[in-house]
Formats: sequence, C-alpha cells, structure tokens
Amino acid sequence: MSAPAIRCQSLVKCYGDKLAVAGIELTVEVGECFGLLGPNGAGKTTTVEMLEGLTKPDSGVVELFGLAWGLGQDRELQERLGVQLQDTQLADKLMVEEVLRLFRSFYRKGRSVDELVRDLDLEAERKQQYHKLSGGQKQRVALGTALAGDPELLFLDEPTTGLDPRARQQLWKIVQGFQSRGRSVLITTHYMEEAAALCDRIAVMDHGKIIALGTPRSLVDGLGLVQFVEFEARQPLDETAMSALPPVEVVDRRGEGYRLRIDRSLSALSAVLDELERQKVIPIGLSTHQATLDDVFLHLTGRALKNGEAAARAEGAAK
Amino acid sequence: MSDNAENPNPLKELIKSRIREFLREPGYVFWVFGFPLLMAIGLGLAFRSKAPEPPRIAVTDAVAAETATSLLKSTRVHAERLVRHEAERQLARTKVDLVVDQPDPRKPLVFKLDAAQEKSLLARAITEDVLERAAGRQDVLKIDEHRVSEKGSRYVDFLLPGLIGLNLMGSSMWGIGFNLVLARKRKLLRRYAVTPMRRSHFLLSYFFSRSMFLVMELIVLISFGRLIFGTEIQGSIAGLLAASVLGAAAFAAIGFLIGARLTSTEVAGGWMNFVQLPMWLLSGAFFSYERFPAWLQLPIRFLPLTAVNDALRRVYNDGGSLSSIAFELAVLTAWALLGFGVAIKVFRWQ
Repeated sequence: MSAPAIRCQSLVKCYGDKLAVAGIELTVEVGECFGLLGPNGAGKTTTVEMLEGLTKPDSGVVELFGLAWGLGQDRELQERLGVQLQDTQLADKLMVEEVLRLFRSFYRKGRSVDELVRDLDLEAERKQQYHKLSGGQKQRVALGTALAGDPELLFLDEPTTGLDPRARQQLWKIVQGFQSRGRSVLITTHYMEEAAALCDRIAVMDHGKIIALGTPRSLVDGLGLVQFVEFEARQPLDETAMSALPPVEVVDRRGEGYRLRIDRSLSALSAVLDELERQKVIPIGLSTHQATLDDVFLHLTGRALKNGEAAARAEGAAK
Repeated sequence: MSDNAENPNPLKELIKSRIREFLREPGYVFWVFGFPLLMAIGLGLAFRSKAPEPPRIAVTDAVAAETATSLLKSTRVHAERLVRHEAERQLARTKVDLVVDQPDPRKPLVFKLDAAQEKSLLARAITEDVLERAAGRQDVLKIDEHRVSEKGSRYVDFLLPGLIGLNLMGSSMWGIGFNLVLARKRKLLRRYAVTPMRRSHFLLSYFFSRSMFLVMELIVLISFGRLIFGTEIQGSIAGLLAASVLGAAAFAAIGFLIGARLTSTEVAGGWMNFVQLPMWLLSGAFFSYERFPAWLQLPIRFLPLTAVNDALRRVYNDGGSLSSIAFELAVLTAWALLGFGVAIKVFRWQ
C-alpha cells in the first residue's frame, strides 16, 4: 500500500490571537475525493493552504504522498499537485489557450492545450481574452491551469462559489472525470449538495476544528434513521393524535403545510398514511425525503449552514 | 504555433506573456511610446532656436527722405516711418527699440533710445552702421566672419536625452513595480508560487521583456529625434547603450523594490510618484540642474535619473566616450545592485 495522498496531524495555525485552525487530523487516500465542508471562517482555506505549502503551520505534520514541505523536495511535490486557489484572477489580456500553455510550461509533463480545452469545454472560447469570459468560464480556465500538469492530487478551494447551477454542474463533471482516472481530490465548499455530489468522504469543519467525519451517507445516518414527510391539507389535522404515533418524532405546521420527522421505514410511512385516512385528511402534494447534509450541519452546530455563512460575511464586513 | 510541442519552454512562455500583456494594453503603449514623442514635439517646437529678429526702429517724418529710404530699405533693421509723437509713444512702450529723428534739418540726426535696454543699444549700433555705409563710409579694417552652428547646442538637442532618461525611468519602474503589485493583488503570484515554476525564470522574464522594450523605446526616440529635429549622436554608441541598459536596470531595481511587498496598486502608484517626482524636477530632464545651488548639486548627481541624463547628454551632444561617463555608470550600477539585492530579500509572493 502506497503512502496516502494527504496525511496531516495536529495541524495548528494562529493569526494573531485568533486560532484559525485548531488541531486538524485527516487522511486522504489515493483515488479519493475528500470534502472540507463548513461555513466561511471555519478554517477551510487556511487548512488547504497549509496542505499546499503556501502557509507554514504553527505546529503539526503535513505529508503528501509521504513527502513533507521544506525538505528540498518542494518542486518534486509541486509537479504532482494541481491547485485552484480561491479568487485568483489570471492575466486579463491573455487568451484562454495562452494561459493554459503558460501553466503547462511550468510542468515537466502534462496535458496538451488541445486536451485541456476539450476537457474543459472551452473550445469556442479558446481565442478569447480572459477578461471577456463569464464567471463559469473563468472558473473552468482556473481549473484548467490546475489540471495542466496532469496532477495526481487536485486542490479545489470553493471552486463553484458564485456560479449558477448549470456552470456548477459543468465543473462537477470535470472533477468527476478527473477522479475517475484514479486521481485524488481535496475540495472545500460550503454547498452541501456539492459535497454530497462529489465527495467519497467529508469532514465538517467549524471554528477551526473537524466536528464530524465520514461518508455523506454515514453522516446523514448519524442523525438517526429518519425521513421527512411533507404535504398540504385543506382539512384540519389532529396534530396531537399524529404525534402520538410511535414512529413520529416531530410535527411542524405552517399554514396548510405540514412537515413530519419520522422513522426511516416503510411501516412508519404507512402508519402516517393510515392515520391520515382515519382522520379523513386528504394530503395534497405528499412527498418524502431523506435527511440531507444541511440537516446534519444544523444538528451538529445548532445553526443552519446558510445562517453561519451570512454571519461570517457580516463579521467580515464589520472588519 | 505548435500545441504539439509537448513541453513548452517556461521562460519563453513567461516572456511571451509579458510582451502580449504589454502590447494588448493600449494605455501602456501610449505612455511608453506616444507620450515622450508628444512631449518632444511640443517642447521642441516651443523652444525652437530662431535667428534673432532685426531691431525695430521708427523714423520720424522730420527725417530727410534720402536718409529715411536707406533705413527703410535695409534688411538689417526693421524700420517704419511715423509722426514724431507716435514714434515716441512706441519707444516708451518698447514696441520700437530706437527712434531716428531730425528736429532741425540743418543739424545732425538725433537717436532717441533707452540706454538701459540692450536691444536699444544694439539698434543704435546697427542703425548707425547702416547710415554710415549709405553715406559712403569705407571699412578701415578687413574682418572675415565665420559662422558656427554647433551640432548639439540647440534646446531640442539638450531635451532629447532628457526625454530618453524620463522614458527609461517611467517604463522600467511602472513596467515592473506596478505589474508585480497588480499580480500580487490579483493573487496571481500565489498561484504561480504553488506551481513548480522556477523563481529565476519568473524574474528573468521581466529582465528579457524589459530589455526588448528598452531597445524598441531607444529606436523610436532616437530615430524620431534624428528625423524630426536632426539630432545626432555625436559620441560613443557603446556609451549610449551602456548608459541606457544600466539606467533601465537601476530603475527596474527600484521598481522591483517598490513592488516587492505591496498589495495595493494605489499605494504602489503613490510610491512611484514619490520617487519619480523629485527626479523629474531635480535631475535636469528639461533644464540644467546647474541652476540649483551648489550644495544641492552633488547629491543631485547621485540620483539615478541625473546619472542617466548626464551620461546620455555627454554621449549625445558632447561626443563623449565610454570612459567619459564612468562616474554615471558606476552610480547606476550601484543603484541596480542595491535595489535588486534588497528587493530579492524582502520579496513576497503573497
């Protein structure tokens, strides 16, 4: 078994008296896509930059493929990495293919500009200058610069922030294509659905610490085996009788809409349906869904990820 | 164009990127090439050296017609016939330098002039000579006249090396300092820092692209001076090249130093102006710094722009050789080494 793509232990970084990263342990195996998930200000970017060798940790160990930074092998290591940093702006007046060729030239081996342009779906924009591209196209060029050296390990720091859903999915496809060739990925995001779509394993970060670690499935299951039932009803529902059923944990009512948290089993669902029939309540638009990572974050921190994000932004603006 | 070239050369790609970025930014191109040319045209025309105008004199209507005609026909004075009080009024307003009058036809001519005015004295001498000759005076002494029009003595000849110096300063400092700060601000430097790009390639790309633009700038300004104003290089071409290259290197080093850490382009711009403005004023780009008090002249000679201007002028206008500008070249080398040495110590990628 070869060394893991990433291994870090007791990673700590302070900025002034603010503890940005408070002792992180993680291992990313070769071929794995690993997600760091958390609100802004959770310490994701600082963690990634220590892994990339950009920021020196105050203490702790970082090893990529068994190699550490600052021991004379930095360039060897950099040959094997692809990095996309948060909000880098490339040279405005260079064309897409010129930017890609420039970055390709830094590596001993790599993908040709033709291959990159094709993989990134930038064939039509190949001769466009960078400043004329849309946000999604710019992000794909940035991803292209990271893929130019055909890396074994790809770092992506919030690659889809600010992109529309279509551009986001386009980027996901490229990352999935990369991973399907047996390469490793470390991605930070504050989008739950992004982590769920791409990652084999996820570490949830908050206040510089990992507060949960596992596959998306196991994290959701950690909430307990629950599911949610949602419907609307014109007739009044006897909520007391409904919540008295053993598999029903919570009943939320909003106007004519109801949201029930129940055991994740078919019998629990049929018990709810039976109760509705007994009360002669006809459910409209009935749907069920399983718990998501959003529910996990809410459960772990007591606040919604989106709120955390807004709070972090407000804090940033106040500075 | 070869995508098939499996391994593009990083230094070549970096240099190409620099050149492309420059040429695709019309603003840069204007400030580096257009602005100095406009300046040379404007100042060259404003301070064009002309033959001095002949003195203006007024001949009153009391002067005998024969005498007046000899003055009115002469090309050595610009004479007009006026009534006495009008002539005197014009003299008082210095519209004429001399009034020739003859209040009494039986008595000699009278010159009226302001003896404190050099031009009046000159007008008197020339007018007297014209009249004496008209009256048939013969020269007692034979004197030959050799007219000298020394090359490199006009204002535009003085100005052109100064403009080259300014141009070297502006383009080298902005081209490197500002560019670095912008790349740092856009987090492009950090992006490079996580690739295996060699730091030396990155620095060399600035060196080579600047050198290329330096040659272009020199060609444009020198041939412009030659074609439009007939300004020619009197001295050593090697000296001119040495002064230009070391000058550009000194300014590049200062630009590099300013750009070594800053992340704000506004602050960088402020520093550039802070460094450049005193040199614009002190280093004799537009007029000689010898007009400044003596105690200020020694420090001025150690400014890089002064060294460039002095060296270029000595080569351009005084026919100077490479060894005649040794002091200036040493000053420039010192600036280049000092600036570059400090900059590389304090440089930050992020």
